[in-house]
Amino acid sequence: MANEVCFRTLEYLKQPWELEEYKSRGGYEVLTHILKNKVGPSEVVETMKASGLRGRGGAGFPTGLKWSFISRNAPGQKYVVCNSDEGEPGTFKDRDILRYNPHQLIEGMVIAGYAIGATVGYNYIRGEFWEEYERFEAALEQARAAGFLGDNLLGSGFDFQLHSHLGGGAYVCGEETALLESIEGKKGQPRFKPPFPAHFGLYGRPTIINNTESLSSVPVILKEGGEWFKELGVENSGGSKLFSISGNINNPGVFEVPLGTPFSELFELVGGMKDGRKLKAVIPGGCSSPVIPGEQMMDLTMDYDAIQKAGSMLGSGAIVIIDDQQCMVKMLDRMSYFYHEESCGQCTPCREGTGWLWRVVNRIENGKGRQEDLDLLESVCGKIAGRTVCALGDAAAMPVRGMLKYFQEEFQYHIDHKRCMVGAGPTKGLG
Amino acid sequence: MTDELVTIEVDGRELKAKPGTMLIDVTDAAGINIPRFCYHKKLSVSANCRMCLVEVEKVPKPLPACCTPVNEGMKVSTRSPMALGAQKGTMEFLLINHPLDCPICDQGGECELQDVAVGYGSDVSRYSEAKRVVPQRDIGPLIATDFTRCIHCTRCVRFGAEIAGVRELGATGRGEHMTIGTFVEKSVDSEMSGNVIDLCPVGSLTAKPSRYKARAWELTQHDSVAPHDSVGSNIHVHTRNNRVVRVHPKENESINEIWLSDRDRFSYEGLNSEDRLTQPMVRKNGEWQEVEWQEALEFAVKGLQSAAGSDGDQLATLVSANSTLEELYLAQKLTRGMDSGNIDHRLRQSDFRLDGNDSPVPGLGITIQGIESLDAALLVGSNVRKEQPIIAHRLRKAAKSGAKVSFINPLWIDLHFEADQFVSTPAVMVDNLASIAKAASAKLTGNLAKLVKAAEVSETAKSVAEQLKSANNGVIMLGNQAAAHPDYSLLVVLASAIAEATNTSLSYIPALSNSVGAALAGALPHRGPAASLVEKCGANAQMMQSKPRKAYLLMGAEPGFDFWDPSLINSALDQAECVVALTAYHSESLASCADVMLPIAGFAETSGTLVNAEGTWQSFNGLVKPQGDARPAWKVLRVLGNLLDIDGFDQNSSDDVLEELKSHAAETAIDNSVSTKTAGELNSSTEGLYRIGDVPMYASDALVRRASSLQRTNSAEPAAVRLSANQAKSSDVEEEETLVVVQDGNRAQLPLIIDPRVPDGAVWISSALPGTEKLGGQFGVVTLEKA
Amino acid sequence: MKILNNPLQARNKEEIFSEEIRQDIDCWIAKYPPEWKQSAVMAALRIMQDDNGGWLTTELMDDVAEYLDMSPIHVYEVATFYSMYELKPVGKHKICICTNIACMINDSDSIVKHLKKKLEIGFGEVTEDGRFSLKEVECLGACGGAPMFQIGRKYYENLTPQVVDSILDGLE
Ligand SMILES: Cc1cc2nc3c(=O)[nH]c(=O)nc-3n(C[C@H](O)[C@H](O)[C@H](O)COP(=O)(O)O)c2cc1C
Ligand code: SF4
Ligand code: FES
Repeated sequence: MANEVCFRTLEYLKQPWELEEYKSRGGYEVLTHILKNKVGPSEVVETMKASGLRGRGGAGFPTGLKWSFISRNAPGQKYVVCNSDEGEPGTFKDRDILRYNPHQLIEGMVIAGYAIGATVGYNYIRGEFWEEYERFEAALEQARAAGFLGDNLLGSGFDFQLHSHLGGGAYVCGEETALLESIEGKKGQPRFKPPFPAHFGLYGRPTIINNTESLSSVPVILKEGGEWFKELGVENSGGSKLFSISGNINNPGVFEVPLGTPFSELFELVGGMKDGRKLKAVIPGGCSSPVIPGEQMMDLTMDYDAIQKAGSMLGSGAIVIIDDQQCMVKMLDRMSYFYHEESCGQCTPCREGTGWLWRVVNRIENGKGRQEDLDLLESVCGKIAGRTVCALGDAAAMPVRGMLKYFQEEFQYHIDHKRCMVGAGPTKGLG
Repeated sequence: MTDELVTIEVDGRELKAKPGTMLIDVTDAAGINIPRFCYHKKLSVSANCRMCLVEVEKVPKPLPACCTPVNEGMKVSTRSPMALGAQKGTMEFLLINHPLDCPICDQGGECELQDVAVGYGSDVSRYSEAKRVVPQRDIGPLIATDFTRCIHCTRCVRFGAEIAGVRELGATGRGEHMTIGTFVEKSVDSEMSGNVIDLCPVGSLTAKPSRYKARAWELTQHDSVAPHDSVGSNIHVHTRNNRVVRVHPKENESINEIWLSDRDRFSYEGLNSEDRLTQPMVRKNGEWQEVEWQEALEFAVKGLQSAAGSDGDQLATLVSANSTLEELYLAQKLTRGMDSGNIDHRLRQSDFRLDGNDSPVPGLGITIQGIESLDAALLVGSNVRKEQPIIAHRLRKAAKSGAKVSFINPLWIDLHFEADQFVSTPAVMVDNLASIAKAASAKLTGNLAKLVKAAEVSETAKSVAEQLKSANNGVIMLGNQAAAHPDYSLLVVLASAIAEATNTSLSYIPALSNSVGAALAGALPHRGPAASLVEKCGANAQMMQSKPRKAYLLMGAEPGFDFWDPSLINSALDQAECVVALTAYHSESLASCADVMLPIAGFAETSGTLVNAEGTWQSFNGLVKPQGDARPAWKVLRVLGNLLDIDGFDQNSSDDVLEELKSHAAETAIDNSVSTKTAGELNSSTEGLYRIGDVPMYASDALVRRASSLQRTNSAEPAAVRLSANQAKSSDVEEEETLVVVQDGNRAQLPLIIDPRVPDGAVWISSALPGTEKLGGQFGVVTLEKA
Repeated sequence: MKILNNPLQARNKEEIFSEEIRQDIDCWIAKYPPEWKQSAVMAALRIMQDDNGGWLTTELMDDVAEYLDMSPIHVYEVATFYSMYELKPVGKHKICICTNIACMINDSDSIVKHLKKKLEIGFGEVTEDGRFSLKEVECLGACGGAPMFQIGRKYYENLTPQVVDSILDGLE
């Protein structure tokens, strides 16, 4: 596919993770140019702003703007942190970047460091990604040996050290401040904000933290120009984006397409539904984004505004495609269990509320639901959303609300008949 | 940031505040109540309970007041539908897993959760799932836990990290499985651990000693002052049916803030000890008999008179500096009224060579709060963390904000802040101080000049001298073990010369709750009330023992436990004709040597005044009736004065006594000046195995020695012989062996513990513990024999 | 006059771990600012866990605390927060099977059932011979290959009962 950004090396190279191969596709040229010509850091930030790149970690915050919050000339250490904790169910794109294109991430991080005046970076890789971590470590070695990392890069006087930090199995560490706490050797409990990491980040120092895909996009944006990138996408959604597409489909995988691409095209790309089943619903942006019925999805384009207008979120671009054999109550049961298990436990609404949500959904799933439970779920969601320290609370409430919005009849059926209305059949409840 | 204030509006009221202040601090100051659980003004903000949510104009979500900084023009409603809805929502969440076992909860009636629930809860629970139950954990004899009630505010965890300086409690597990505790079965041992009881907003952490003793609303609260160390922490004493049921801190920002050491909190248990003396007792024909007051008093008076006769010098009065100002004043008045100058409160001092040139009213010389703004401190002979925990807490704050703190000590101490420790045998401690004196070019004369000249100046000595010199606000503090040091006078003069040379101040950390008051009251052989030098100097504590007198008057002191050298005082008392003891306890140690025991009121049973380390006079009332027939000591002394026909014993109240003393000493301030630049020869030596005898924190006075819960903590270790591994090897002894310690011909059998805190050449044997009450001085040469 | 090393730090750092382990942990310590040794706690726990057959004892956690100058409770907090640390023995091969949505709708249930039957253990249990233990985990970020599991450090994707059999048979 043309105009790829994070995957530009993939189809053309045998071992795109090797330094030499990466260089053969123009790798590290941008960094070299910046360092040799002493390109102004503010120019780098301006280009990033112009690109319209919105954070690919899920929140969609403009990357250039985030970088501009750091006062480059303030004395003292600053940090660049990459979020490779990829844990939102349905998301598996950063893993591919780490596996197949680690040098582009390294290059992006060094440039980010240059832009904000940071000399140290950490890549926080989820602990389960051991093979990806080893791949990334090997790339770091190569980059160090080639002078792209370390002291006085290419004689420019700019130093940049980059390390990986391995997680230990906690979804919440994907939340940026929990991630910082985790690097600091603590439990991954999110910090309240303000202050934001740009002012009080890692070790209390100014820090930018971006998703793997966001940082990997940097070299290409600087090479081709902010405008170029922006033009790839649509209004308010610049660039191309990686979509992790999974579910009951023939050809799951990670696809890089321009933002604004119709969902129906992606649906083609993944070869449609498996076993000739029918498309029932789509989770468009990771587990926490509210579900959208299949037919409505077919009319949507994959960009921030369109998905938001449909009442959901583009999030991390993790699309889970669900067929008509799946029970939405069981799905929600599993999702709610996830948030309940992964709640860090520090703030009351999330610690207590996620467990409550799951227990009620689980009861309905098991044929013990009561009529008032549907209102209760809605009300508990309302008491979690917007009141927690980090967005995990919101993430737990959103799928519940989404399911109740479009698939309430399945829940009602479970309550009324103590069994399931779809093919997946009556579950545990009847026993 | 500028000093300009911003204006905000809260519930329609206009408030001014510094920009960036957290909203909850602004509303608290204005008396606007926002419910909260995790927020605590003395702890870092964690913003996790989400109870303090309020509505801020133009913000679509409710914001937590505890972590929302104010800015100009902010409009806040704390009770709008959005705010109340959010607060009630949080309350509902907090209650779903709470056991709601209020009727059997010790926190009942003073529970923040209960209080807030009344305002924000709803009566019907919509939660129909099983509630979370957390297994019980035993964390020691002081704190009862019921973590099922925990609401995860983490105040206790933050307290450990931020205030106590040791992380003992933690929150392990994740999400709903997160529980507070020690994770492994382990007791909480910090000297300030009890504060988590106050911090815990629910009944998850409660006081074990007072558990189930009373419901909060049955208690009467009184103000008082803690009776152990020289901080004079302000306390609330809670009583019921004429008994002290518990003690809580009373906020006083300039003294103890809101904190209390465990000793001050739990020692009240000693009041109700079984060996309280409740009836006067006299020894007749070698047998102890309970008698009426009149008879006892007459017995005492006759005894004193016949023993001392007309020779005042035959009367020796030894008083505990935990006595009140009024008691100490009357005791010296009585002694001097009998023509004796022999009165002393310095029972744990052995070197009195400086008397006359000593500091008239030794004390901190700065305020307790002022310790926080020190930028350098050298502590000599002090285990401040155990001995005066609140002072250590202030020092810790100073150290955390950059103060350089060093210690010259005979033992390594466990500290909760960054400091350098110079540890050596007692004799070398003097050298170490001399070395700093030399590095600081301190001016000394005579013997000390020689000592300093001979001292080696190491790099570390230079750096300490430099730290003191470059400090704007530095002190050299002498602690409990300096005062007990055989070369105290040398330490004082050296310290004062260093202070002068480095432009810092000399400071004393007095040991007991009224050490400063004892100087003001004149309970000294060479100084009368207001610390004025007397014409005819009496015998000091040491002389009163080494040259036995015929009559002794003891107040609040137990021979085996409160004296520098128990064997010495015992032998002196054994030789005496008459020993009159004013005591709250019937102790073995007194019964074996006294002739009359007069029961006196204990802590909280009498009115009086204590003067703390910084010189603050703090008076308190008697709160419960003295047990049995015990009487306040000031009254006993007054009657004794009358019976002895001494003038000026007609006060009607302790206030009268106080007024009388005030007429002398109200204006007398702490005065740490030292009027000499030399001192005598070194007493301590490097020859032989040298004993270091500290006073363990829970052995420091008669009350705490009887506080049963404190005695069950890990900090109340039984007596032992402690040696470094090196020393044990060269002394050819092994861990867990039982050894016989021989000191000045006195023997004691004690187990050996290898302890890396002891310097080579020394042996650490704490004093004031059962097992050491027959040994010699706190410092001195001992030999070890196999049992 | 000299400052001695504080003897309350009972052990010399060299005595705590073997040379090899120390080097491994020290590599991690070196990544962080000198005053932030505790940043290496997660790595140190992982290293000790691997060294100890896949799980952590209190003693090992205490060692880590001592080595990194942390309070033990702080280390317990970390070890109990992250799901990859095991505080009970596990099998030589720890099978972590994802049952989150993408895997679930691709019938991870049947893989779970197959595993439980084949190994005769439930979640959180170890086979009698100590070779396998089974753990239900959250999304491992390999939803494109659902259903999937991880054994040790390796991912296995697109599982069917037959594939599972051949994988397990291929393990030592
Ligand atoms: C519970 C939670 C989990 C998250 N997990 C991830 C994650 O796995 N990867 C990620 O990049 N961002 C994750 N985020 C978003 C981050 O907090 C943060 O916004 C992001 O890393 C910023 O990078 P970006 O601006 O480049 O997107 C998560 C947020 C929350 C609240
Ligand atoms: S966390 Fe909560 S109650 Fe605690 S003070 Fe704040 S938000 Fe308030
Ligand atoms: S849902 Fe199983 S790997 Fe993502």
